[in-house]
Amino acid sequence: MKQLIKGGRVINPATKFDAKADVLVENGKIAAIGPDLSADGAEVYDASGKIVSPGLIDMHVHFREPGQEAKEDFESGSKAAAAGGFTTVATMPNTKPVVDSAALVRSLKKRAEDVGRVHIEIIGAVTKGQKGAELAELGDMIAAGAVAFSDDGHFDPTAKVLLAAYDYLHPFDKVIINHEEETSLVEDGVMNEGHRSAMLGLKGRPTVAEDIAVARDVLLAEYAGARVHVAHISSARSVDLVRAAKARGVRVTAEVTPQHLTMTDDLVNLYDSSTKINPPLREEKDCKALLEGLKDGTIDAIVTDHSPHAQEEKDREYLYAPSGFPGLETSLGVLLTDVYGKGLLGLPEILEKMTCNPAKILGIDAGSLEPGKRADITVIDPDLTWVVDAKNFYTRGSHSPFVGRKLKGKAVLTMVDGNIVMRDGKVE
Amino acid sequence: MDKNSVSMRGKNVLGLKDFSPEEIRLTLDTAKEMKKIIHRDIKKVPTLRGKSIVTLFYEPSTRTRTSFELAGKYLGADVVNITAGSSSIVKGESLRDTLYTIEAMGVDAIVMRHKAEGAAEYASRVVSPVILNAGDGAHAHPSQALLNLFTIEEHKGHLEGLKVAILGDVLHSRVARSDIYGMRKMGMEVHIAGPKTLLPRFLYEEPGVVVHERIEDAIADADVIEVLRIQLERMKGGLFPTTREYARIFGLNPTRMKLAKDDVLILHPGPMNKGWEISPFTAYGANSAIQEEVQNGVAVRMALYTLVLTGGRES
Repeated sequence: MKQLIKGGRVINPATKFDAKADVLVENGKIAAIGPDLSADGAEVYDASGKIVSPGLIDMHVHFREPGQEAKEDFESGSKAAAAGGFTTVATMPNTKPVVDSAALVRSLKKRAEDVGRVHIEIIGAVTKGQKGAELAELGDMIAAGAVAFSDDGHFDPTAKVLLAAYDYLHPFDKVIINHEEETSLVEDGVMNEGHRSAMLGLKGRPTVAEDIAVARDVLLAEYAGARVHVAHISSARSVDLVRAAKARGVRVTAEVTPQHLTMTDDLVNLYDSSTKINPPLREEKDCKALLEGLKDGTIDAIVTDHSPHAQEEKDREYLYAPSGFPGLETSLGVLLTDVYGKGLLGLPEILEKMTCNPAKILGIDAGSLEPGKRADITVIDPDLTWVVDAKNFYTRGSHSPFVGRKLKGKAVLTMVDGNIVMRDGKVE
Repeated sequence: MDKNSVSMRGKNVLGLKDFSPEEIRLTLDTAKEMKKIIHRDIKKVPTLRGKSIVTLFYEPSTRTRTSFELAGKYLGADVVNITAGSSSIVKGESLRDTLYTIEAMGVDAIVMRHKAEGAAEYASRVVSPVILNAGDGAHAHPSQALLNLFTIEEHKGHLEGLKVAILGDVLHSRVARSDIYGMRKMGMEVHIAGPKTLLPRFLYEEPGVVVHERIEDAIADADVIEVLRIQLERMKGGLFPTTREYARIFGLNPTRMKLAKDDVLILHPGPMNKGWEISPFTAYGANSAIQEEVQNGVAVRMALYTLVLTGGRES
């Protein structure tokens, strides 16, 4: 079976390719990329006026399986991914129970095969039950297919346990992804600590909680010669810390979300619980620093931190609502509108952070359009104008601060292993 | 603006942040009329006859709940009280469902106190009766701030240009946050002081608010001193060493009061921790308006009901 994606602007950040070209797909693999390709009997997709990108990769999602399928499961989550133009996602292990054993990793890999519309990679817990005390069976989980480790959602490993995890993982070359907020400074906090929280009376989560966590984890990685990945970086000072560490040669990478890049704690003013996330929405100066970090390579990846919750959990008092919102179906549109659309970052630079960079961090063979690679491809219409409406979401989550936003730019085709899983917003 | 052109009919009373100076003025002027009713032998007027009000309290309260209840009754409304301990709330009913239930019974206004900041704002989005916020966590307590303004104006004859010192546990205080908005809008100078651990770190970024580390600096030449209650029940400890030390360094006593103007007015939203944040001599002294505040609270709440439920002109 042959498919020809014709006439689009092909952007492949991994090889610095950016030109009008055709992409030929044969039997689920990329066969050729070049101008004016022809192939007898190929199904032709007209991509003129559109962007042809390697399938997008989101290395930070919460699919809630096992245990909290009312919020999301692998089927609904992967449909949301396909709808948003993602062909690979990596799921966080803070489920019920926590994914901290090879058996769980294997069962999730099986579920991914059975119901996943896109590739689903599994991130295992660093410590048993994500309790921060004892190392989980990291080696066994790697053998079962885990691509990285994280106690995301918590900042629980003590310095001693984290150092042990760094050392133990060293020969396996797998990265540890850290949620960076010093617990004792954020335990009651529900929003950024600043002028807004002072007047709203909500308890704050100060930027310094993130900064000292980043500093600690980066220094430990430097000491151990280990790899560390800073999850959803949000504070200006933390960007400085990562930049300085990179300059010293520390093996640190970092990711940012569209919400932390483009929104501030001003939005909490009406106590709309869709704005409640951890780490919290910060201030304008932080958004600016995050953008600078993306530009100069301090921040390597853009992730959604897709965190769906059930309607009744989120539709309640701000204080009691759980943190997080679903981001897979809005991420690309927000980035194209608020970052690319405002001239802050070019398309190749944005796509690099959503394709080859996360693939490299996770060590997976994806994120690049090259002959012989699996045909994971996203076609983007940069001019398509649309309004975010939760009724159209494939995710089970509904509360998003982007609901109601008019966006320009959207994925219109998602291809996974040569199969079209989404076309014009409809997931097969 | 001509105050007669201001209408508050249907307005949710969530916080003074979304009150205009004209609306505050109208409320204070209306409260003045209402206070006369309280002094009558027969304290009952028909302004709100046929209206029904529910007070929904998720936190304990003596003065605020009683004050809202009596205010409604003096105006002829039917008032029903719901408290968390004796309702379906103990069965785990969500705030949203409780509000739907109350709305379905056809009430005109819901007076709500809740532990969660923003709960009143949330309620106003969920149901259609007018919401009057009787305190939401550390966020807002608009009727308390209005009665403070009313009391101050009664004593001083005006508000503009007065210097007020707000002392103590600002971190946990919904009263202080509403005071700041209300007092600033009425042209008062707001000075804040207390242990640094009990002041929101970035409060100084609020325009027009001066934050001091020593309470003496805030008190100096003040026209009004409001002492806040130390809210031990909202603290997990560690914010100050002992109440004894607090009283010595941060308590308001007759010696410190001398730094203020001679006719300084002393306020406290109650209940008081006497001997800690305020000495009994100060609380019950000649400058104290703490008991008057309670009576003025009824008048201010009568004014709010009248304005939001009738627009205030029919009566």
